[in-house]
Amino acid sequence: MSEKKAPYELPIGPIHPALKEPINFTFTMNGEVVEAVDFAPGRAHRGIEWMGMRRNPVQIVHLCDRICGICGVSHALAFSQAVEQIGGVEVPDRAYYVRTIIAEFERIQSHLLWAGVAAHELGFDTLFYLAWQVREESLDLIEYITGNRINYGIIQIGGTRRDITPDMVPRIEQGLKYYEDLFEKMVNLFLNDKTIAMRCRNSGILTKKRALELGTVGPTSRASGLRMDVRKDSPYAAYGDVDFDIILPDVYGNEATGDVYDRIVVRLFEIPQSISIIRQCLAQMPEGPVLAEEKYAKLLLNLKKAAGEAFGRVEAPRGEDLHYVRMNGKQEPPEMWKVKASTYSNQMAWVEILRGEQIADIPIIVASIDPCMSCTDRVAVVTPQGDEGVLTKEYLHRLSVEKTRRMQE
Amino acid sequence: MRATMTPQELADRFVSKFGDKVSNLRVKEWGEGVKKRPKRSVWITIPREVLLDAVRELISVDYPHLGVVAAADNGDVIDLLYHLQVFFGGDHEEIEVTFTVQVPKSDPHVPTISSLIPGAVYTEREKQDMIGVIVDGIPDSRRIFLPEDFPENVYPWRKDEKGIPPSMVKELWKVGRPVDRPAPPVQEPPVEDPAPAEQSGDEQ
Repeated sequence: MSEKKAPYELPIGPIHPALKEPINFTFTMNGEVVEAVDFAPGRAHRGIEWMGMRRNPVQIVHLCDRICGICGVSHALAFSQAVEQIGGVEVPDRAYYVRTIIAEFERIQSHLLWAGVAAHELGFDTLFYLAWQVREESLDLIEYITGNRINYGIIQIGGTRRDITPDMVPRIEQGLKYYEDLFEKMVNLFLNDKTIAMRCRNSGILTKKRALELGTVGPTSRASGLRMDVRKDSPYAAYGDVDFDIILPDVYGNEATGDVYDRIVVRLFEIPQSISIIRQCLAQMPEGPVLAEEKYAKLLLNLKKAAGEAFGRVEAPRGEDLHYVRMNGKQEPPEMWKVKASTYSNQMAWVEILRGEQIADIPIIVASIDPCMSCTDRVAVVTPQGDEGVLTKEYLHRLSVEKTRRMQE
Repeated sequence: MRATMTPQELADRFVSKFGDKVSNLRVKEWGEGVKKRPKRSVWITIPREVLLDAVRELISVDYPHLGVVAAADNGDVIDLLYHLQVFFGGDHEEIEVTFTVQVPKSDPHVPTISSLIPGAVYTEREKQDMIGVIVDGIPDSRRIFLPEDFPENVYPWRKDEKGIPPSMVKELWKVGRPVDRPAPPVQEPPVEDPAPAEQSGDEQ
């Protein structure tokens, strides 16, 4: 047995059975307490920007769909927003509304996905199954509108590729009603549960000041009490026309502490907000076409002549997406295309929020900014005598139940 | 009501503070939806010597949110674009400020802004990886997205001879499996000759 003393290093990832996405963590541990955190992203870097600079804008829109499997519409929206500014493309008003409706359905499905993952990371798998079961309705609706569950392919430069016709509205309304009726139950299950409250309150705290300094975005920054939402700050699509307010933890009567619990509150309460935005959009939608230029060849010819620089910003479910595009008027592919996804901004917060926390809380805190990873279901143990042993999942589960009981006393 | 000045006033403030160091100043508006409520942006080109002062000046107006530092290869220079936002949290009051800093390729140094905005380290590390600027004073200069065995002096976003050479992307099937990796924990079974058909007579 080695003489090594605490603090010791605990690597997790890049490939780990419980990681949802590959990333390499190195925790400096002292007993069960995290002293320092380091992480190395880039294990899934596919060089998408490099690819984009060798493709034309219409091809890039579809490449955008594939940047993230969950935020399928946000990246395409941000990119087309930037290109439309450079090329001066006049998007029909109706298209803005279709874009908004899809973006909000995406938010509902993404937040429910996250809620399920959060429950799973807490070891509450019944809730995980429930959240993912009810998430199906939003995916069905997205499929109903766009034809696809994932990678919707509905955004095009200058509008959308499909319309939402009046005969589709009853089916959409049925889905909205489903989520409306469900909301109270979800709030009750997530926020009134004793164990969830115990695990999540005052853990993984990100103060408002640090949230601002680290440049965090989306629900992560809002949970820390930072009023920030691209939809409200720099309205795009139809968000300037509809009425809604930025969700902060005080909607549930919480003083914003910036802990994991607040992040659950913000995400859950953004679901009824999305329902309300979709309803307003359906009611206000103007008549007309949804695509400025249906002939791609003509659209590309016009864009080839466009020169200038612009950026598009979109509030994706996980926070701000920013696409910077520069075109030089000589070639079809953009001269420069920079993609900034929301987790890009939020990852710096890990170093802050994991420090001083328990090893058992790593999974939920890591997942709380919504990139999802890490969980230990089986570990190899070397005893001081040098025997090797394996702890079974059942044994660890019993330990964890006993600890919860102790904390409840 | 959070905004204390209009985009034009903000731009004027930088002009009066930095004088002729500020160039290519543009104030843009863009509206979407039926009401076309505008999102407003200010674009300013500044030399790298005043970058820190410019960020400090912006902080004195309102502590900004750093979106990202974008970069573009622009011939002999590298354009670094600092996308910052101020006055968020109100009702459509935000102003997007973009500082463009041009760095010559012959001397690609730029000061870090992480002393003022700590979250900038992440995106500054990416700029070192991707376009080969050198961020002076960066607290953590390790690579971030590129793998450890990525060749030195190759920067994916460059359009010059330091960009990705065709040999790195063409006919990758010829490369075969890497040979300098650690051995896998479980050895792959050696490829054997097809085994003769098993006797299955005793099962019947």
